[in-house]
Amino acid sequence: MSFIEWGALGQVLVAGLIVGAGIPALFALGLRLLAGTTSADVPAAPPSAARGADANDAPTSRVVAIPRPSPARLAGAIACMGVVVGAIAFGLVFLVSGGH
Amino acid sequence: MGAVTETLLLALVVVTALAFDFTNGFHDTGNAMATSIATRALKPRTAVALSAVLNLVGAFLSLAVAATIAKGIVDAGVITLPVVLAGLVGGIVWNLITWLFGIPSSSSHALVGGMVGAVLAAVGTSGVLWEGVIAKVLVPALIAPVVAIAVAGVGTWLVARLTRGVPQDVTNRGFRWGQIGSASLVSLAHGTNDAQKSMGIILLALIAGGAVPADSGVPFWVILSCALAMAIGTYLGGWRVIRTLGKGLVEIDTRQGMAAETSSAAVILLSSHFGFSLSTTHVATGSVLGSGVGMPGAKVRWSVAGRMFVAWMVTLPAAGLVGALCHWLESSIGGAAGTIAVFLLLIVVSAGIWVASRRKPVDHTNVNEAWDEEKGASVEPVAATTGEAGGERVGPVPAVATASSVAPAVGAVGTVSAPSNPKVGA
Repeated sequence: MSFIEWGALGQVLVAGLIVGAGIPALFALGLRLLAGTTSADVPAAPPSAARGADANDAPTSRVVAIPRPSPARLAGAIACMGVVVGAIAFGLVFLVSGGH
Repeated sequence: MGAVTETLLLALVVVTALAFDFTNGFHDTGNAMATSIATRALKPRTAVALSAVLNLVGAFLSLAVAATIAKGIVDAGVITLPVVLAGLVGGIVWNLITWLFGIPSSSSHALVGGMVGAVLAAVGTSGVLWEGVIAKVLVPALIAPVVAIAVAGVGTWLVARLTRGVPQDVTNRGFRWGQIGSASLVSLAHGTNDAQKSMGIILLALIAGGAVPADSGVPFWVILSCALAMAIGTYLGGWRVIRTLGKGLVEIDTRQGMAAETSSAAVILLSSHFGFSLSTTHVATGSVLGSGVGMPGAKVRWSVAGRMFVAWMVTLPAAGLVGALCHWLESSIGGAAGTIAVFLLLIVVSAGIWVASRRKPVDHTNVNEAWDEEKGASVEPVAATTGEAGGERVGPVPAVATASSVAPAVGAVGTVSAPSNPKVGA
């Protein structure tokens, strides 16, 4: 008997990274598409705030403006959130079906 | 006389199994809800109520009860009702001790430890499958936090990267809901998984006592009572454990909380799907740690985490010691008197631990107070009550367990100071 089932462990780790890290990332992406940003990719912030762009610790120096999201961004956000909701629904089905 | 003893033993085993179920819910509330409470996504009372309802629902969701105890870990042929009772007492006592010290530790490992100890006392080393102990208990306890830290760390880093520049009130509003959703899934998974264990124990006891036929399904009253015991335990909330998980390890914001709970839910569900069972508690703790590792600038209190890892490693021997002593007491007195003696001992020890906890109560009003490692001893009753509680109230068994396990780790953390501005990256 092997003390560690490497195959099962590998599967858990890979699938865990895809689902467990991917879902929050998709959620964050959806939120970002909905909310819009004024920094990083859009050079809307004044030059003096640029030093804060990589340190991620100077949010107050940025101009916060939230425009209504364009249809494309809205569609992207809905797609992201749809995947998230779908994953949760799948988790529920898994629990109810006694797969644990 | 024999029939009376048998019935009494059966009744005591059922009551003790329900008590274990209660401590299981009580101890594990924090796995799902600690982060939501710490980020104030939910009010403390609301969070435990939600978790209790979901545990209750979860217990009814899936009825694929496996009527096995510690399968592959102890020889199934040697499990008798006195052994089960002693094992349950070992699990309960260890759950209560770790709760007193605010340490999230696995309830199922405590139960397995108690059973192993009771079997050792009953038939000796031949009754224990040591390879199973290593492969199913000790190794997973080492692996679970590593997997969870990796998953939650990557998730948190991605979230932090993607939400860079998004106003904080927007992320807070969004991630609050994401956090509640993912925490709810963890609660539900806990209800479906852990209530089944107590149901399985009670079913086995009923079959062994001849109360139901061997091929019987789970009687409805067993399902209902197990579900209720766990839900009540969850609602009362192990505030000490919640506090350690939510405030002690990492200062978390809603983004980290959402990433951590999603990681917990995903790893727990996937590991059971792939047949590589990991403890809910170990995964949840690892996820919280991972959310600190992945967040740029966040600080993880590894000293607190180290104390937990030590507790996880000694869970099996400590619960086993209690289980073994209980079985020894049970068999040396013998018969109904021995069973009653062990049960009374459980009540006395539980009451003693509860009294010790009242010296520095942690409840919904102070669960979110700032974590101060300098004054850790006053916020947490660890150092203050170890000697006294162990000596005069709790009795010799827990004193051995705590003195050897927790005290050195506690002493080592005294010099670490809390950061003055933990909100980096917010």
